[in-house]
Amino acid sequence: MKKTLLEFTNRGIYCHPAKVYLDPWKPVDKALITHGHADHSRWGHQQYITHNSNVPIIKHRLGDINVSGVNWGQPFTINNVKFTFYPAGHIIGSSQIKVEHKGEIWVFTGDYKLEDDGVATPYESVKCHSFITECTFGLPAFLWRPQTEVFTDINNWWAQNKANGQTSILFGYSLGKAQRLLKHLDPSIGKIYTHGAIENMTEVLRPLVDFPETELITKDTKKEAIKGNLVLAPPSAHGSTWIRKMVPFVTASASGWMAFRGARRRRAIDKGFVLSDHCDWPSLLKAIKDTGAEKVICTHGYTDIFSKYLRDLGYDARTEATQFEGENAEVNAEPETQESA
Amino acid sequence: MKQFSQLIKTLDGTNKTNVKVAALANYFASATDQDKVWTIAILSHRRPPRPVNTTLLREWASELANIPLWLFEESYHIVGDLAETIALVVPQDETATDKSLTQFLQEMIWLKKQEDADKKVYLFANWKQLDYYGRFVFTKLITGGFRIGVSQKLMTRALAKATGIDEDILAYKLMGNWDPNTISFQDLVLEEKASDFLSKPYPFYLAYALEDEPKDLGDVTQWSFEHKWDGIRAQVILRNNELFVWSRGEELVTDKYPEFEAFVGAIPNGTVLDGEILPYPNGEIGTFNDLQTRIGRKTVSKALLKKTPVVLKAYDLLEWEGKDCRELPYLERRKLLEQLHSQVTSAKGAPLLLSQKMAFNSWEEVAAERETSREKRSEGLMLKKNASPYLVGRKKGDWWKWKVDPLSIDAVLTYAMRGHGRRSNLFTDYTFALWDENEDGEKELVTFAKAYSGLTDAEFRKVDAWIKKNTLERFGPVRSVTPHHVFEIAFEGIALSKRHKSGVATRFPRILRWRQDKKIEEANSLEDLKALIPNGEG
Repeated sequence: MKKTLLEFTNRGIYCHPAKVYLDPWKPVDKALITHGHADHSRWGHQQYITHNSNVPIIKHRLGDINVSGVNWGQPFTINNVKFTFYPAGHIIGSSQIKVEHKGEIWVFTGDYKLEDDGVATPYESVKCHSFITECTFGLPAFLWRPQTEVFTDINNWWAQNKANGQTSILFGYSLGKAQRLLKHLDPSIGKIYTHGAIENMTEVLRPLVDFPETELITKDTKKEAIKGNLVLAPPSAHGSTWIRKMVPFVTASASGWMAFRGARRRRAIDKGFVLSDHCDWPSLLKAIKDTGAEKVICTHGYTDIFSKYLRDLGYDARTEATQFEGENAEVNAEPETQESA
Repeated sequence: MKQFSQLIKTLDGTNKTNVKVAALANYFASATDQDKVWTIAILSHRRPPRPVNTTLLREWASELANIPLWLFEESYHIVGDLAETIALVVPQDETATDKSLTQFLQEMIWLKKQEDADKKVYLFANWKQLDYYGRFVFTKLITGGFRIGVSQKLMTRALAKATGIDEDILAYKLMGNWDPNTISFQDLVLEEKASDFLSKPYPFYLAYALEDEPKDLGDVTQWSFEHKWDGIRAQVILRNNELFVWSRGEELVTDKYPEFEAFVGAIPNGTVLDGEILPYPNGEIGTFNDLQTRIGRKTVSKALLKKTPVVLKAYDLLEWEGKDCRELPYLERRKLLEQLHSQVTSAKGAPLLLSQKMAFNSWEEVAAERETSREKRSEGLMLKKNASPYLVGRKKGDWWKWKVDPLSIDAVLTYAMRGHGRRSNLFTDYTFALWDENEDGEKELVTFAKAYSGLTDAEFRKVDAWIKKNTLERFGPVRSVTPHHVFEIAFEGIALSKRHKSGVATRFPRILRWRQDKKIEEANSLEDLKALIPNGEG
């Protein structure tokens, strides 16, 4: 059987003629990396190639690695295969990778969203024949509101909590979501405190983006100082002893999963804001249409359902099993909590 | 409707009881009287009958959302709630509506009588006009069952807070047979009228499970003991030559048990009994399985009445000679009950049994009696303090249930389905199998029970993740999985059954623990399970 330009192997997505892997999940010689989330940039490759803005992120996460940075829209060649990175709009430094060989064009999205979030460079549509897409939220039940509306809700929630004498704890993944939240929080309401994981990652990104001031919560931070202010924390901090210092507090989570009542309730959080760094249903369909691709490969999310629907629409669509997790990584990071009566 | 939607949103958005009570009290203090009545009705499961069946709801919602029905169905399996799925997929247009909750519910009563085509027009118009949350609440009103962690007790507490009326009195007033479409708030809550009391039951007194050592309850001679029967808890009311039978779910079930008509004339007017409805085939107490054939049937055939008659095993007297006697000490109520029982049994054919009251000299004797429960087909013992009044609701202290330890068996997880409510999108409903030998002498797994409770949230998430990676086949919402995990399944009772593939029915199966230390070869066999059936049945 003739090998396709990109194939799915047990190490990751492999480009045979170029002998490179895209976001591989097992150690390889040469890896092209779309973005800094752990399920896409793993430890142990000999050489990493990624967008310049992602270089400090993966260095921060993976330590001393051999990494070289590239710019968006500037093609480079490996073994006669042409690669070009384009912005994916998912988080800072996130890219789609375009692969061209003998007139055939493939695009691998990694994770992406269409809305300009004010932090990540916005998604750019790239024409291709075959489109490898995530579909974390590939169900018609997912429909995001414009983020300006969501941030108005978040800031109102904070102001209301402050008026009630309560501290607002807002949970978001430490890379990406936390900075997006931070960028749009209204510092005129109060002070923004951070958990260590978020503070460290934000420090790495401050040279690239202008963020409001934050203050790290340490053991010396006074309980009275935090009261009424906002605390940005990773989901894993929920239910930990760390948040006891914030009493009295109310909690909220910002995630695409918050669209489901059940997802919010089983986490025992007070408020859920529907805010995702992935495409909603109409965005996925629009993105695919705009590429002009005939072949679509769904890698993670509701892949079977979504690819079946794409076939209904006339695409040559299928599912490939990968080890990408989308926003699940964030969901599963949350510890068990007790729901009171 | 906006106010009601906002209330539901607040209730749904918190897990703190005091926030819920405050939100409800706030609502009861500001809503219109008629909306208040409807809200009480909805939160106490008295919504009008479903005006549109769910098949039509699904078809029409997918049509309005412009997606194929199969995609709607898949979304529904994942979202785990029909109203929520509809609210999520249906688009909103520019118009808005300011109809009241009462108006919506009156329209639903009207809607039930309309032709399908008219129902569709009505739904389309309202779905489009409401915002996301309004659409969810509106559709929930059609499909029923808000699972928002608001018990009738919690609602009553809030209503008490808003009106200043005593909570127990309110609980009593809200029971029984009232129609939200005709009753006013004044009638239902604020005013007290004698005629309303004819059918009204008393709130049931519910016992907590015994947590500590029974001897911590003190002097054993201050207590009375009864076996705890596994039937339907019921109140039987005789007033004005009329009979009313209420189940614990506050459902009027008089018509389901025509046997009890024999009480009219045999039991004096102004009597309310608390007891257990039990199956009584061949003149002895049957299994819960026997009772299953009677539950859920509105009309009972003569053949079934003959095959599986029921009796009332009475254990308390709440009203006597037209007077509320719940304040009397248990022993005094019991004496009156015994007196009544001897009167009634001398009358012909009234299906009334008396729960046997026992007294013991030591807690060891009590424990020994409890050990005999399973062979007597009881679930364990009820412990009642001799001096206790009949209280309202679930209260600690005077009554305890001391059930026998459940039976348990190690079984293999074979199928999984997504849960609902707070477990939506998680595989939490499991099917378990035991080993059996087929005709060729080969070992195979045979399904014996389903269970969906008993694991912690963290364990459910782990099993869910494993299921998603180890699915063999999909059948709609159900997935078959690689037989790999062993779970210890506990259950209360066991009986032979023709309705079950395994030939055995278990009562209230649930997961006791995840046996990660066991391989599937070490799981139990169907034969092991059958060996647990009490003698004389197996």
